[in-house]
Amino acid sequence: MNILETHDLTKTFGGLTAVEDVSFGVRRDSISGLIGPNGAGKTTVFNLITGIYKVTAGQVVFDGKPIHNVDPHKIAQAGITRTFQNIRLFKRLSVYNNILTACHGLAGYSVADSTFGTRRYREQEEQLKREASRLMDVMGLAEWRDKQAVSLPYGVQRRLEIARALAVRPRLLLLDEPAAGMNPDETRQLMTLISRIRDEFGCTILVIEHRMDLIMGICENIVVLNFGRKLTEGSPRTIQSDPQVIQAYLGEGVNAGA
Amino acid sequence: MNWFYIKGILMLAGMNLMAVLGLSLLTGFTGLFSFGHAGFMALGAYAAAWAGVRMGLPFLVALLVGGLFAGLVSLPIGRLTLNLKGDYFCIATLGFGEAIRLILDNVQTFGGARGWPGIPIRTELWNVALICVAATLFMVRLVNSRHGRNMIAVREEELAAKTVGIDTFKYKMLSLFVSAVYAGIAGGMMGYYTGFLQPKMFGMARSTELTIIVIFGGIGSVSGSVLGSVLLTALPEILRTFAIWRLVVYGAAVIFIMISRPEGLMGGREITLEAIRRLVRGRRAEAEAGAGAGTGVGEVRR
Repeated sequence: MNILETHDLTKTFGGLTAVEDVSFGVRRDSISGLIGPNGAGKTTVFNLITGIYKVTAGQVVFDGKPIHNVDPHKIAQAGITRTFQNIRLFKRLSVYNNILTACHGLAGYSVADSTFGTRRYREQEEQLKREASRLMDVMGLAEWRDKQAVSLPYGVQRRLEIARALAVRPRLLLLDEPAAGMNPDETRQLMTLISRIRDEFGCTILVIEHRMDLIMGICENIVVLNFGRKLTEGSPRTIQSDPQVIQAYLGEGVNAGA
Repeated sequence: MNWFYIKGILMLAGMNLMAVLGLSLLTGFTGLFSFGHAGFMALGAYAAAWAGVRMGLPFLVALLVGGLFAGLVSLPIGRLTLNLKGDYFCIATLGFGEAIRLILDNVQTFGGARGWPGIPIRTELWNVALICVAATLFMVRLVNSRHGRNMIAVREEELAAKTVGIDTFKYKMLSLFVSAVYAGIAGGMMGYYTGFLQPKMFGMARSTELTIIVIFGGIGSVSGSVLGSVLLTALPEILRTFAIWRLVVYGAAVIFIMISRPEGLMGGREITLEAIRRLVRGRRAEAEAGAGAGTGVGEVRR
């Protein structure tokens, strides 16, 4: 059963076709990968799924409902959230406030409630704070609690961005190059973390990554894009030995059998 | 210096504070620069004067009419301009402010450019103080709620705010609406303070002054806005001895502060009761043990 499906997804910018007729599915509770050489259209696919770009043609279906051309915040509320290739934290806020802000969806009090400090306000605010603290503990961010996001080491910033995404309680989490700029050790930790998140938070994960060790290590299914089109799809083993994929990454003239 | 003079300055500071608090929400917390808030003040001033003089409504109700009218006008303006990014929004508000002033200049119903004399004097120190305290409390409560945090998220990283499910457009609208209501009430008080209204009072210079105070006080700080309003309203009066050089010195003072403290007076921090308590306790401990001191400012919130 697929939680997300794209049908003939197409996006053009003026005369340039960034993504063309891409159809794939993401199985519920799986960790899936989206790979391809630079400029293949991977991030564009993420932007189409999360509503940041309007779809030119085709469909994105989430949990049986079409969600293309819906506003980004509504897609997030429906249960899809993401991280960014170039980290986008609330830079000058503390780690705690980054997560607390993202928890906002759990509370529903109005401006009047907060103005008069009603019970509804106090209870829900208390709940938000508990949830933010819990997430910080789970993601190992407690020691950085009051540090400004921008001052954190790179790897911690990545972790904070994932924690902030989890605060939305997503059913589908999109990670855009989570291992970029990480050393092999940090990458290994990240792999364990991603598997742990899938199990503990019960969400499906779709990862864009260039690090083949990470992709091959944790993904059950991999979609390969090249020049905006889907090249192939399959398990890590079949992808690894697919001559088309090898050619896309290494270029023409390489003998696939060699 | 007699009490009447000081009282006048305090009232002026209060009226400025009202407008600055609103702008602080928009610029300081939501990250949208506006150079047209004098336009909302003008709308509020004329609407409040109309409600009081022509409709015979009591003063406080007239102020409310002024504030709500400015707020209502902000809705279509926001609808049209809030999707503009950064600088473009700023330019749109500049155009809006000037347009309001020119319309009031040319519409004769309220006296046009000649002005509107004979508005009863109703603004007193006590009602300015009352309104300012209520407005500050509301603002503090707002920015410390999830609504305020969502506005700050828009300021920090709008795209990320959207992907965590924040309706950024709605919060920009809310922020603009509240700031327009504040500006409208400030304008209304001004009319009932001078007893006379003229479109010229609400030019670009006033819009810029409000923005200067917000930045001077510190982006994203309510207490900074309060402090900034009082200091920068009083400063030109203190400088009266400089006669014609007064505004030059005023400008130089603002430039000096911005160079020596670019993050503004408060730099995103707040003066909180907790911080004051800690300061007092710190002082006492210092007196007793001769060591250790509180800082006097709350944690960084921005």
